Amino acid sequence: MTIHTHQPDDHESAYDGLLVNDQHWAFGTDFEDPLAGVDTTVPVGVDATELASYCLALGDDALVLSHRLAEWCSRAPDLEEDIALANIALDLLGQARLLLARAAAADPSVVPALPEGSPVPDEDRLAFFRDAADFRNVPLAELPNGDFAETICRVLVFATYRLALFERLSTHADAVLRAVAAKGVKELAYHRDFAGRWFLTLAGGTEESRRRLEAGLAHVWAHRHELGADADAEAVLAHVFATAGVAAPDVQPAAVEGHTEHLAPLLAEMQSVARAHPMGLW
Amino acid sequence: MSTHAWEVAATVVDPELPMLTLADLGVLREVTTDGDAVVVAITPTYSGCPAMATMRDDLVHRLRQEGYDDVRVTVALDPPWTTDWITEDGRSALADAGISPPGPAPRRDGPVALQLTPTRRAVRCPRCASDDVALTSEFGSTACKAMYRCRACLEPFDHVKEI
Repeated sequence: MTIHTHQPDDHESAYDGLLVNDQHWAFGTDFEDPLAGVDTTVPVGVDATELASYCLALGDDALVLSHRLAEWCSRAPDLEEDIALANIALDLLGQARLLLARAAAADPSVVPALPEGSPVPDEDRLAFFRDAADFRNVPLAELPNGDFAETICRVLVFATYRLALFERLSTHADAVLRAVAAKGVKELAYHRDFAGRWFLTLAGGTEESRRRLEAGLAHVWAHRHELGADADAEAVLAHVFATAGVAAPDVQPAAVEGHTEHLAPLLAEMQSVARAHPMGLW
Repeated sequence: MSTHAWEVAATVVDPELPMLTLADLGVLREVTTDGDAVVVAITPTYSGCPAMATMRDDLVHRLRQEGYDDVRVTVALDPPWTTDWITEDGRSALADAGISPPGPAPRRDGPVALQLTPTRRAVRCPRCASDDVALTSEFGSTACKAMYRCRACLEPFDHVKEI
């Protein structure tokens, strides 16, 4: 058995960084700490437990929807939309990573325990070693994708609310959350506009595209209340609907206690490899 | 010492846009010293930028080659990266490589404006310089690029989108 000594600069061969020894057999050389060098001291006047809980909720929203959007990979109507949805998923995954890392730094007690010596970083422990009941995401993020029209409706509603929220978070007392939000604003603006343009295209396309759009929007709209009341987001959506000539759906808010039955299978797929290797170095 | 260390760090190129140095891309924020250690601060272009680990490894590798044994690479999240930080040299290098450089980043005063029509940009084809180009998608091969095609020479090309 050859023991490879892992050095951070061992990347002349694509395989060098992948082997530390046979117990750590896989998983690349990603940045160990997405907040390396960032001052994660919780500011005076901010409750660390509340901050961690809030960052977990925002991170889980992004993580779960990112996973749903990634399910479109190789299945979107054309290559450009396939790439667009994967790009959006990647942005959300990046936001999730930063937010989960911020939650863990603010309140280490939220991080699941793993066997002594496990190299799995905190944000990965949060993503891969919590059960469905411990996730704080809105049910809207976990619903199955439906068709392309429904996916567009969900991205539009989700990105519009998240963008409005992140713009306001740019004045939050916590400098780390503020920075994550300021970065996210730039990304979410692209997500919202992408979905808004497709919304108009599908509304003005064929009878079938419009029928699917309205059906998808009705599904998504029943979960809109989960995102909270937000006059800025509501005004933007009202403008999109008016431009598209689509009426806001008249649907009863979906009553969900905790999570829907769709989250557990999503997590089973997302977490299975990590859980099989709690000592793995990713 | 940090001036020389900066010069060394500034030669490291972006793993996905290797015609650009990290300094030209505006990702290299600061090189300082902490005792004997060199501390290099880099900032991600996008939250999910998958190239950060490679950038870190390349920085450590190059600085070690120059005799800096103790190198720490940190993340700077604030202020967020903007394409306005891409240098003039960087813009020329992008264009020479067939990638259309970004225009000025949008300036915001108040809420981010909704844009329901394709972004209008003064983009020219990096191959034939025609301005008869069409946006294919706002999302491309990496998070930071949009896809265009040129109607004159019919070639597709990447455009670094303004953020």
